[in-house]
Amino acid sequence: MKDRTMPNTGLLNIYFTAGYPQLESLHYILPALMEGDVDFVEIGLPYSDPLADGPVIQMAGKKALDNGMNIDVLFDQLSKHSALMIQKPVYLMGYFNQMLQFGIEKFLIACQKVKVTGLIIPDLPMEYFEKEMKDLFEKYGIKITFLVSPLTSEERIKKASELSTGFVYVVSSPSITGTKAVLDEKMILYLKKLAGMKLNRVLLLGFGIQDKKSFELASAYLDGAIVGTSFLKQLDKGETDKNQILQFLAKFKKN
Amino acid sequence: MNYTQLPNPEGFYGVYGGAFIPEILYPNVKALQDTYQVMLADIGFQEEYNDLLKNYVGRPTPLYEAKRLSQHLGFRIYLKREDLCHTGAHKINNTIGQIILAGRMGKRRIIAETGAGQHGVATATVCALKGLDCIVYMGEHDIQRQAANVARMRMLGATVIPARSGSKTLKDATNEAIRDWISHAEDTHYIIGSAIGPHPYPDLVSRLQSVISKEIKIQLLDQFGRSTPDYVVACVGGGSNAAGAMFDFLDDEKVKLILAEAAGKGINSGSTAATSQIGKKGVIHGCMTLLMQDQYGQITEPYSLSAGLDYPGIGPMHAHLIEQRRVKVLSATDDEALRAVLELSRLEGIIPALESAHALAVLHQLTIKRDEVVVVSLSGRGDKDLGIYMENLKMDEI
Repeated sequence: MKDRTMPNTGLLNIYFTAGYPQLESLHYILPALMEGDVDFVEIGLPYSDPLADGPVIQMAGKKALDNGMNIDVLFDQLSKHSALMIQKPVYLMGYFNQMLQFGIEKFLIACQKVKVTGLIIPDLPMEYFEKEMKDLFEKYGIKITFLVSPLTSEERIKKASELSTGFVYVVSSPSITGTKAVLDEKMILYLKKLAGMKLNRVLLLGFGIQDKKSFELASAYLDGAIVGTSFLKQLDKGETDKNQILQFLAKFKKN
Repeated sequence: MNYTQLPNPEGFYGVYGGAFIPEILYPNVKALQDTYQVMLADIGFQEEYNDLLKNYVGRPTPLYEAKRLSQHLGFRIYLKREDLCHTGAHKINNTIGQIILAGRMGKRRIIAETGAGQHGVATATVCALKGLDCIVYMGEHDIQRQAANVARMRMLGATVIPARSGSKTLKDATNEAIRDWISHAEDTHYIIGSAIGPHPYPDLVSRLQSVISKEIKIQLLDQFGRSTPDYVVACVGGGSNAAGAMFDFLDDEKVKLILAEAAGKGINSGSTAATSQIGKKGVIHGCMTLLMQDQYGQITEPYSLSAGLDYPGIGPMHAHLIEQRRVKVLSATDDEALRAVLELSRLEGIIPALESAHALAVLHQLTIKRDEVVVVSLSGRGDKDLGIYMENLKMDEI
């Protein structure tokens, strides 16, 4: 949990899709993020049917699949960055069927081997995880992050917080990724409610965080925020070298 | 075996089913899970549902003994005429039920996915009937091949939104509908048209469609002196008409149940929708079931000339019934289905939907004794497919 008395101490989590814009792009994006002022890295496994994602991440995923990205290629790419992988927590975000077909245990072993910190699986229900998968995650020391939204009851927020061994992914509004977060009174009430629950987990706000203002709002009440779609848009513009990525990151954290 | 007692409280039929949904949808799906059985059993619901089925949909639909087709194939065939339902297919049995439920849950905005357009039309129809907003997601490719149904939906006041991702067919329309639901979870009810999706949809849709098998029992007893046929045959994409035509026979193992999948250009041609034969266990649209996918779990594109059957999954109840060998799956190619369309047209004066023709086509693959009785679910009428028929049946040569 962050010290909420200090301004601009929010934690920044940057998402990018593996294999996008080019198959090998991870080899320069990951080092740049490790060097930049980023606290978490989240890497998306491109999927054919990403139900929780908006057009930008859908398109990036499709391009990445067309480029030839798959789980084996991703693990192979990550294996070349073992020194970087321990610098900051790296989470993989993918859909349950990808893990299921690869083999849940095999997937966790591969994560452990390349030093992935944890997983975010938006269509994996907490109850199913608890019953069928929790022990395996513990066995291989892989963390799990669950999502909560403004529609989630307090009881389930507590459950998500208890079950999440990584951070808790706080969805800004009932929507898909990339929908602009509306920083209104309702949002502030929601963030206040979460902050007031004194959950013993890092809470990061995601979906539609695209500028300093929304990042700071998230950091004022929670521990920080996740930026995905707007980073992909940056990559899509071709602004992909290290300095350009560092400049992008500075938009959020610079005083 | 008590198949009609399934699914279990978590929505599982054996290993299939469940509710693999993003957390945002949890409150909606949970509310449906907790209340659908009570709502369906409610006397007020039953009265309104049965009244609308009778006076609006035109039920019971006839069970018609197809004598010339029977003579041609060498066994006794009855057609369950779902094609005579209002809007031209069985789909409306489900939408009538769900629109009443939506009203009871206080939802004013209705969304649906559609493949061939029949479910979209059936949803647009009941929304007009109840004065509710209706948004239908339809693959861009399907919009092109089912233009008449798109026009119908628009006339009925629905907004038709093209799904432009993937193969631009039913799977992609369903993705878009789920994304819409995620973004409008509070005021929107999603009317799924097939026996797929997160629990309780497969069960809800199956039970609302089970009126088909209930009528078959009564009508067969009346016409033939016994309430059970030897076979029930139905086509299967997601599986709603098969679920409905077979539901009340599931626990009577004397009744043989045959599902007809769309083989497209052939099961091993790479252009097929024969999900149960080339699919593997996985999660699609919120449920664990059999689906077409690659080794990395990427869902592969199905193919069938029929827009209502080219779905890469199959209902979880069906997946379980297949695994338990309670149902047998056969498949028909595009060409076999087209031949069956013409056969029924010429022998019985009924032009079937291309989907339903798959069920007729597999009759040729079965070895059935002369005195055995086969009920075929004629799930829809062929009007919507006339363009496809004109293009593929070489009208001037036949």
